[in-house]
Amino acid sequence: MASSAAVPFWRAAGMTYITYSNICANLVRNCLKEPHKSEALTRERVHFSVSKWVDGKPQKPTIRSDSPEG
Amino acid sequence: MFRQVAARILPRSIAAAARPFSTDVAAASAADEAFTEAWKKVIPNIDPPKTPLSFMAPRPPTASSIPSKLTVNFVLPYASELSAKEVDMVIIPATTGQMGVLPGHVATIVELKPGVMSVHEGNDVTKYFVSSGFAFVHTNSYADIIAVEAVPIDQIDQSLVQKGLAEFTQKLSSASTDLEKAEAQIGVDVHSALNSALSG
Repeated sequence: MASSAAVPFWRAAGMTYITYSNICANLVRNCLKEPHKSEALTRERVHFSVSKWVDGKPQKPTIRSDSPEG
Repeated sequence: MFRQVAARILPRSIAAAARPFSTDVAAASAADEAFTEAWKKVIPNIDPPKTPLSFMAPRPPTASSIPSKLTVNFVLPYASELSAKEVDMVIIPATTGQMGVLPGHVATIVELKPGVMSVHEGNDVTKYFVSSGFAFVHTNSYADIIAVEAVPIDQIDQSLVQKGLAEFTQKLSSASTDLEKAEAQIGVDVHSALNSALSG
């Protein structure tokens, strides 16, 4: 079924709102003056601890750290 | 896109079960009466447990006449920028254009685009550049604005904005896949909005 509502261009390209929003926020953060820029960059560092579950038991977790994009 | 959802969003009050429009919403109760009564019928000896409703501040009632001030809650993921601040007007950068919200504004939900948000209080105007987010205006003249990133305009570096704009305009012309085009387009949009924020 073709799109019934007008979708934003980023959704038409397969991006979710969260990805779009995070990209916007990163771009804004990169355009700040110092010292605000370095404070902002510390804010956007995200750490994930991901563990795969096998047979009902968690395996060894891996730490994934998303550093700022762009 | 969100206008069709109307205002059927806030389920906090359990007083009226079938409520078609939240424009006729009563003030929320601070305790769960139906739950405590049902509990007492079945287990009269034990005190009913507290439900989340008793920990929440009840929703402020919708006044019968339009209030003189708009109460704004402007929150970011890491800080509460404005918390229940009484102002005269806010202008928010909705995807449909700059939208002015005055006390007594109709209940609305809008998605925000990268742009300038200004808070008008008497003669003071505070401007923030908002990266994206949502704004909810309620019937009781409360406005909740949530953004991922919001900075005062004077923290934006003009040269970095120009550089970014040039870089993304160039990326847009050289992009091949849909995703690259979308990312480049977002870059161009955000940087042009930053540019107009600095000049406007």
